[in-house]
Amino acid sequence: MNIELINISKTFQDELVLKDVSGSFDIHSIAIIGPSGGGKSTLLRIIGGLLTPDSGALKIDGETIEFSKRYLHNYRRNIGFVFQSKGLFEHLTAIENMLLPLIHAFGMGKTEAVEVSSKLFERFGLTDEKNKYPFQLSGGQQQRIAIARAVAVKPWLLLLDEPTSALDPEYTAEVLNMLGELQNDGLKSIIVTHEMGFAKNACEKVIFLAQNRIVESGNSSQIFKHPQTEELQAFLNKILEWKV
Amino acid sequence: MKQTLSKEPSRSKKIASAIFVAIILIGFLWFSVNAINLKLDFSTLYQYRYRLWEGFWMTVTISVASLIVSLALGSLSALGQNSRILVISYFCKAYVQIIRGTPLLVQIYFFYYIIGTAWGVNNRYLAGVLILSIFEGAYISEIIRGGLASIDRQQYEVAKSIGLTPAKTLQLVTFPILMARILPALAGQFASIIKDSSLLSVIAVIELTQTVQEISADNFRMFENYLFVGVLYFILTFSVSLLSGGLERRYNHEYRVNQYQ
Repeated sequence: MNIELINISKTFQDELVLKDVSGSFDIHSIAIIGPSGGGKSTLLRIIGGLLTPDSGALKIDGETIEFSKRYLHNYRRNIGFVFQSKGLFEHLTAIENMLLPLIHAFGMGKTEAVEVSSKLFERFGLTDEKNKYPFQLSGGQQQRIAIARAVAVKPWLLLLDEPTSALDPEYTAEVLNMLGELQNDGLKSIIVTHEMGFAKNACEKVIFLAQNRIVESGNSSQIFKHPQTEELQAFLNKILEWKV
Repeated sequence: MKQTLSKEPSRSKKIASAIFVAIILIGFLWFSVNAINLKLDFSTLYQYRYRLWEGFWMTVTISVASLIVSLALGSLSALGQNSRILVISYFCKAYVQIIRGTPLLVQIYFFYYIIGTAWGVNNRYLAGVLILSIFEGAYISEIIRGGLASIDRQQYEVAKSIGLTPAKTLQLVTFPILMARILPALAGQFASIIKDSSLLSVIAVIELTQTVQEISADNFRMFENYLFVGVLYFILTFSVSLLSGGLERRYNHEYRVNQYQ
């Protein structure tokens, strides 16, 4: 799958977030890294069809994405999106959270939906959590259920916006393991993350986004060993300073 | 570390406490009545039972009708206040501010004698329901607006991301979350409607309070009449709070039965 960004710009209330972001990427697994406020989440939301850019175009496998209500509605159904936190509906149990998109967005029958959900719960060791409400679940469990929900509809792309930023290290590992497993199954994904270990070892490509633009991108094995730009070198030095 | 256990009190403890509270309340009332040498005789009310029954039902009817109309008004104006069209937003805000800022009694006179006369609304029962609905609608509007504002924006973004249509989002996400949050306040407002309907007696709507005023002019037993009617109002409002307790449990996450099982 190929994704092409052409001069994408976005401004929020006079604040420039993305400026002429361009690039073409073959997606298997991509990590977007960079300092806070660099526009990572905004770019991910535009790719996910949740935000409309002020200008520019987005092409997936050569097809231009129209930023119209009807087109986007259909587009979003085929893309999984996982948020930083609170990605589950607070008034529904874990299994109801899974069933809702299957039944109400995809028109799947109830019996089939229950079957699909139960299988995923079993696979990811969440069966005991089936009938719990989000407030009864740990942050890690919530995120794993949110990911399971996103992949239940067999999306052709999974987008994750800092899925582990609100978690403690133990839960982070739990979530990243699950993601790694899904990637090995061939799920295509783009993840915004601060987990450099995951970006380096589990993702094929890395995009470094800073100061509203893509500063550097390339294969993850290369980019961490030999960062070309000064910005990326400074960024990596800073975040790896306290590494064990 | 000191442990604080939240243990449910035992049944006998509950009963004993309830009896204690009842004795205090009844004792206080009994003492007060005795202190002014008041001899209460409720038997004279018996001959007015049909009129009281009719007044009671009129109060129930007016309250239920007003609840329905005020819910509609309140929902519309809650949405209207957030409207991007300024005229609608200002209109709804003005409505809420003016109605909440003036006494119901003033509104009843104003709407009935000035607006009602001007627009030819002569039926005092219809007028009563409309006036009460306009009044309560302003409060319900604020309840709903507050409830909507309390819902995390992210819930809508999640709904969007999984491909729900706006209509489905309203039905499956916004409405159930909103209901769980505003039901207690709505029930309280309904109890207010029941009590506020007594003011419609000033335009001679023959509901419970008006009935009792007419009876008082007949039997001159003010204390018994108003105490009795107070009990009737309490029966109504207490039923509402029992009913809302049941509904709250239905919408409450922990108590709700799993609808997919």
